[in-house]
Amino acid sequence: MADFLQHIINGIATGTIYALVALGYTMVYGVLKLINFAHGDVMMVGAYVGYATALKMGPGTRSSFLGAVLVFLLSMACCAILGFLIERLAYRPLREKPRLTSLITAIGISFALEYGFQLNIGFLPGAAPRAFPEIIVPTEWLIIGDRDVVLWNWQVLSFAIAVALMLVLQYLVFKTRFGRAMRAVSFDHRIAALMGIPTDRVIAITFMLGSGLAAGAGILYAIKDTIVQPLMGLYVGLKAFVAAVIGGIGHVPGAMVGALLLGLVEEFVVGYTSSTWRDAVAFGFLILVLLLRPEGLFGRVTAEKV
Amino acid sequence: MRPLSFALALALGFLTVGCEKKNEQGEGGARSGGTPPPPQATTASGATAADTTVPGAPSGGAPVSNADVILLGEVGSLTGSEATFGISTRDGIELALKEANEAGGVKGKKVAVRVYDDQGKPEEAANAVTRLISQDRVKMVLGEVASSNSLAMAPKCQSGQVPMITPSSTNPKVTAVGDYIFRVCFIDPFQGFVMAKFAKENLKFSRASVLKDVKSAYSLGLTEVFTHKFTEMGGKIVGVEAYSKGDSDFRAQLTAIKAQKPDAIYVPGYYTDVGIIARQAREIGIKVPLLGGDGWDSEKLWELGGSAIVGSYFSNHYSPDDPSPRVQTFLTKYKAAYGGIPDSLAALGYDAANVAINAMKQAPDLSGPSIRAALAQTKDFPGVAGTITLDENRNPVKPAVVLQVGSGKNKYVATISP
Repeated sequence: MADFLQHIINGIATGTIYALVALGYTMVYGVLKLINFAHGDVMMVGAYVGYATALKMGPGTRSSFLGAVLVFLLSMACCAILGFLIERLAYRPLREKPRLTSLITAIGISFALEYGFQLNIGFLPGAAPRAFPEIIVPTEWLIIGDRDVVLWNWQVLSFAIAVALMLVLQYLVFKTRFGRAMRAVSFDHRIAALMGIPTDRVIAITFMLGSGLAAGAGILYAIKDTIVQPLMGLYVGLKAFVAAVIGGIGHVPGAMVGALLLGLVEEFVVGYTSSTWRDAVAFGFLILVLLLRPEGLFGRVTAEKV
Repeated sequence: MRPLSFALALALGFLTVGCEKKNEQGEGGARSGGTPPPPQATTASGATAADTTVPGAPSGGAPVSNADVILLGEVGSLTGSEATFGISTRDGIELALKEANEAGGVKGKKVAVRVYDDQGKPEEAANAVTRLISQDRVKMVLGEVASSNSLAMAPKCQSGQVPMITPSSTNPKVTAVGDYIFRVCFIDPFQGFVMAKFAKENLKFSRASVLKDVKSAYSLGLTEVFTHKFTEMGGKIVGVEAYSKGDSDFRAQLTAIKAQKPDAIYVPGYYTDVGIIARQAREIGIKVPLLGGDGWDSEKLWELGGSAIVGSYFSNHYSPDDPSPRVQTFLTKYKAAYGGIPDSLAALGYDAANVAINAMKQAPDLSGPSIRAALAQTKDFPGVAGTITLDENRNPVKPAVVLQVGSGKNKYVATISP
């Protein structure tokens, strides 16, 4: 029973990271109908910016409340700029081209980031995994029995941050003028432009928001697994994409629920069967959901305009 | 939802590419028998970090011509997640060559080594060795550290009749590739044996769990022998869990292991994984020590594992604390040259290069078959990491040491003989 509880804690911790990355996927897809495959790697960049900032600060400063907040904000800001640049330089020129072109470009950017970050220049430490400095001093939040079940402060914090960000996003999309513009662009960006909505700006801000979320996810991921490495975004990105599709892509709470479900499914597969089954079951779960509910758990059925 | 299903198809395709890439990284042996790619492929695919050094020769001089230099080749991971492996080995080899050149070289010629980076990947290792053999025409090949990479290189050396000495690949399959492949370290069965014996007899443990890397030939080899020996000696393996190279979250496996209540966990992986595993094990409340093999041997283990790894044990080739004059002289020379304490990979690189030099001195000429014959005769060679006598399978017979991880320094605990 104790290990069952511990598995749930671990699964939710993993799912939380997937959720934050999935939120970005879902937003960009919602607006552009583009799967931004570089999204997981933007998360990796966020983790590296956090790593570099935390190292610069030194041990005392970075684990103070203000220091930790600064690490998060700086990394989110850098990634927002990166997201803006990716959108401006790589996707916008291709927006009127067939969708395949943007998808391939996204994969190209993904590889460029993954392999670019294996270089050992400037603040980049090279391909080897690096220990992530402790910006949150780990303390036990809850201990059951003789350390049978342990819940850590950063696990609670990550989950709280993810839920809070989801609520903020939900508010942004449905209650603000910007959200209305986003939804209009999502509906049809040409008509939205005719109605006087600055579509380019809306899309750019969407990318920046998504990339900022990814940066937050990157730091939380680095805190969880205690390292940063250049390929850390590869699988998280794919899993988050799966989570977004399971939840119904384009649907904000759906992405969150899908991600937590996926995290738990993976945890139980590894914990009770074998780690070799993890990815097979994760993607099998995706296929099952798509077979039974092609629109995802929360997605709405939409007629394809021809 | 047409665009979505289309994107999904693409995503799955993308994933397959990712998976294949990972598989190749882990198990190069399976695909190593093919025809060698053209040398140009090497340049294109990234094994470009080549540098030829003539240790002891004045630097900045004219490029050395082939006539007065005996060129050896080394393939190692100078970058990538196991970068310290290749760098330590290279340092050890260069130190040995420097000494040999200062002592007059081999047959009146200087010895130089050309090093190619394989980024820790079997496919790059195979490309690099092809380039060394067909383009640089090296007399011998030294490397690799990881067994999967050596397995990718060995068939090429065998078919090219270029003797290869792996300093530190411990998987038995490596030398089984053919009679041109040698090694100067002990083999996996022995490491598994050492740790099983140490756990059962010295630590008096009776229950062990195993956490193995299913994508590493090394990890699987050690696991197999450890489980067999430990059970044979009356211990009980209470669980075997697995992970794949590249994972960074091991909590699910560790939670399962915790429920098995072992006395120790055998983790025969590489230091990058082990450091993280140790942290996460302590985090979810596992207090028992971890046990492992020579893949733990890196200063990075402390960086990644922190205080969580302190107190765990691993088997290794040599200990810098060994008071024998052979080890202490090597230590002094290495410190003078590079300023750090040599890990066992540096010691083995040094041994491999010395065995190579010795064989070239003994051989009547420098053709592949002659060097091979001389290598096979290696007997009672005084290596830093133990005296080397090669058996009929081209493997040395020598003892191993068990070290306990301390904070910043490993503590010598025991020597276990075959």
